[in-house]
Amino acid sequence: MSIWEYANPTKFMRLTDRVLPVVTVLSVAALLTGLIWGFFFTPDDYKQGSTVKIIFLHVPAAMMAINVWVMMLVTSLVWLIRRHHVSALAAKAAAPIGVTMTLIALFTGAIWGQPMWGTYWAWDPRLTSFMILFVFYLGYIALWSAIEDQDTAADLTSVLCLVGSVFALLSRYAVNFWNQGLHQAASLSLDEGQSIADAFRTPLFVCLAGFTLLFLALVLLRTRTEIRARRISALIARERLA
Amino acid sequence: MIAMLRRDLALAFRSGGGFGLSLAFFLIVVMFVPFGVGPDSGVLARIAPGILWIGALLASLLSLDRIFQLDFEDGTLDLLAVSPLPLEGVVAMKALSHWLTTGLPLTLIAPLLGFLLNLPEGAYGWLFVSLLAGSPAFSFLGAFGAAITVGLKRGGLLLSLLVLPLYIPTLIFGSQITTLAVDGLDNATALAATVAISLFTFALVPFAAALALRVNLR
Repeated sequence: MSIWEYANPTKFMRLTDRVLPVVTVLSVAALLTGLIWGFFFTPDDYKQGSTVKIIFLHVPAAMMAINVWVMMLVTSLVWLIRRHHVSALAAKAAAPIGVTMTLIALFTGAIWGQPMWGTYWAWDPRLTSFMILFVFYLGYIALWSAIEDQDTAADLTSVLCLVGSVFALLSRYAVNFWNQGLHQAASLSLDEGQSIADAFRTPLFVCLAGFTLLFLALVLLRTRTEIRARRISALIARERLA
Repeated sequence: MIAMLRRDLALAFRSGGGFGLSLAFFLIVVMFVPFGVGPDSGVLARIAPGILWIGALLASLLSLDRIFQLDFEDGTLDLLAVSPLPLEGVVAMKALSHWLTTGLPLTLIAPLLGFLLNLPEGAYGWLFVSLLAGSPAFSFLGAFGAAITVGLKRGGLLLSLLVLPLYIPTLIFGSQITTLAVDGLDNATALAATVAISLFTFALVPFAAALALRVNLR
């Protein structure tokens, strides 16, 4: 029994068929709990007033924007090394979710930035890094849609994802060198040095879990769709030959 | 490998088109800036290093699709792939010849165009050094993008979408070299970082590009 068993599409479909409803229900429950708790049952911040509550959308979306790329990097590596089709399809399925998360983070950040910093957009290192991440996602998705042959597309996008990861990371440090920022440091850290108040932390963690589960549900759903689409095109090709 | 390099250089010089065009494009971009922002020499002096960097970057982008496209179409690339020369070496030589015919002339002409934009005194040398340090990265990353899009019918626009994000770190560090020098600040970090990126792409990008080429030749 190992994780590689589920590289078999049939087994993957059978497993996700059972897992997907559970994940969906859990993610809806966590998101509802976290967001309602966060929006209505937390105190206003003494400086930022009620605008602080957008943090329950902003931080989870931003976290997922980065984690989705990392997930794509891992699945790309698995495809290049072990040639499991499910892995390549999962990377393809994850990219549009990642780009949506990046957009949510950028937009909620802009809405939050207007009352706090007096501007929707500033060329702050963190903001700029997210814009760069957005462009990397766009290139990756565009390459997937440009190539007809699916295996070629999987290979080329995987290589692009590897090289892109290196340069996205490099851009992050380059941007830090280039400009000092307005954005605060990380709101959540494990070593408790600088962190947010407990009243916000628990609902924020619930929201983080909700976003993670939501991503899991969406990526499983989209991967299942990709596998079915692949089967249909295989069937059509077989009909044509017959 | 040397023969390969000489062949590519000869093709680039004699077939016309690619070589002079990127220089002309660079000149036109630089000429357009005063039209766009106004002829005020103070403003131009402030933005000159950045404009020259972006202009050189865009000009070297123009000829990227020629790196592999012609050889791919007439089958030369298939022969090179089965030749005893490793494909990584082929990629490295092709990127090098692209740099010699595009990046190097752009670097040489950039200080001249600096006059047009009223580049501050003392920035000319740094502009030259920074482009010399950074432009090889453009050619090598561009060769990677060209290798990925070589099999596509209309890959040109996609090629720029893939390659331009990869140029961001080089552009940031490279244009900072001159900007910091103009402001009288220490630019050693930026220079070291730019050289590091160029050497890094020189060492590792040929492997990724050769991998992409093998996929496309399959």
